[in-house]
Amino acid sequence: MTKKLMLMAGLLGLDALLAPLARAAGGKASDLVVVADTRVLDSEILLYFANLYNTNIVLFAVWTVVLTAAYGCLLGVVMDKLMALTGLDLTSRKIVEH
Amino acid sequence: MELMADSSWLYMYMPIAGVHIFWPGLVLIGFSVGVIGGFFGMGGAWMVTPGLNILGFPMAFAIGTDIAHIAGKSMVSTMRHSKFGNVDYKLGVVMLAGTMVGIEIGAQLVMWLERLGQVGPVVRWVYVGFLAFIAWMVFYDYAKAVSNKRKGLSGQHGTEGVTWYKALHRINIPPMIHFRASGFTCSAWLPIMVSLVTGILAGFLGIGGGLLRMPALVYLIGCPTHVAVGTDLFEVMISGLYGAFTYTLKGRIEIVAVFVMLTGAAIGAQIGTVATKYSKGYGIRLAFGAAVLCCMLSIILKQVGYTQSAAALILTTIGVICLYIMKIMFVGAARELREKKAGTQIG
Repeated sequence: MTKKLMLMAGLLGLDALLAPLARAAGGKASDLVVVADTRVLDSEILLYFANLYNTNIVLFAVWTVVLTAAYGCLLGVVMDKLMALTGLDLTSRKIVEH
Repeated sequence: MELMADSSWLYMYMPIAGVHIFWPGLVLIGFSVGVIGGFFGMGGAWMVTPGLNILGFPMAFAIGTDIAHIAGKSMVSTMRHSKFGNVDYKLGVVMLAGTMVGIEIGAQLVMWLERLGQVGPVVRWVYVGFLAFIAWMVFYDYAKAVSNKRKGLSGQHGTEGVTWYKALHRINIPPMIHFRASGFTCSAWLPIMVSLVTGILAGFLGIGGGLLRMPALVYLIGCPTHVAVGTDLFEVMISGLYGAFTYTLKGRIEIVAVFVMLTGAAIGAQIGTVATKYSKGYGIRLAFGAAVLCCMLSIILKQVGYTQSAAALILTTIGVICLYIMKIMFVGAARELREKKAGTQIG
């Protein structure tokens, strides 16, 4: 029993000694956790996404991919309509290498 | 007048990175890379990152933001190229498997080198070596094409220089697949192996891969330049969406910046894509070779400690190539509209 207590005390002592050293050494940049500061946000939408980033990164990642794809598609369709107004032929081209 | 004096409206708050960024700068970067990417068929991450850095964007967020914006931008470009018939979806899908597996193998290779403590210099010098090889190949190909033209040698789409793909098309390992948009039949193993190798290199070098895949599609698989550009953008779109997902999981993305850049990129992508219609294949290849050469020089400058000169070189390259492509587009479009008008009057 005494041995176990001494071992535990030893481990706690070692932990107490190493913890400040580990903190002082810091982590690798890739291990750092970035938190969005939601205190300064007024917009409801931005607040929602910043909160999601802080609390549920997987859902945030899904939203990012879906929104990027949706916005890309929307812009593609809108630009297509605008380009059609120029009167250029946008459906055919000749392939000439040299 | 007050609005002019107070320039705060030109700065947008990035909710995740927690910084105010000059948003017209983001639109301009998106626009320029949209023009170049739509013309060359690549994502252009190597051009975006230094630009974001100069705008004061935290580096931790630059790569993820860049990849997500590239995915969206490639979508706009792919849609436009698709209308021209420049996207070989069958070839793109066949190559996707090789690309994804290759990227993973390349990433594992980097981790192995990391354990040996050799990753930084090895990756950079391998990158420089490949860029030098691609630039040499493009210019050698051009010189050979000029020589062949003088001799009166001409192929299906005009004179060509390097035709390594002809030898590779003779490989007769089933299944043989006909790629209609590209206009050739070859063993399915050819695009799979090429995409695997370019994927390994992309994963190893930590890049999107458009820079390697576009010349590989032309010289090894045998796509006409225009189809190579469109098909590569399709690949960039898929791998970009996957990259956006994984980088977001690591928390390395600023979604507001993605949307601002994408708005500029959508306009730029139209210009770059439509410009391919007015350019011959070798016009695209030569400009691509020049871009690759500048990319290589910037990496060498960075390697020897001239970081600011490297960023200046990249930004100058973006500006010059962007103006060159815009000139092709506007001159070509004006000529087409003039000819159309003249045709209508005669009719």
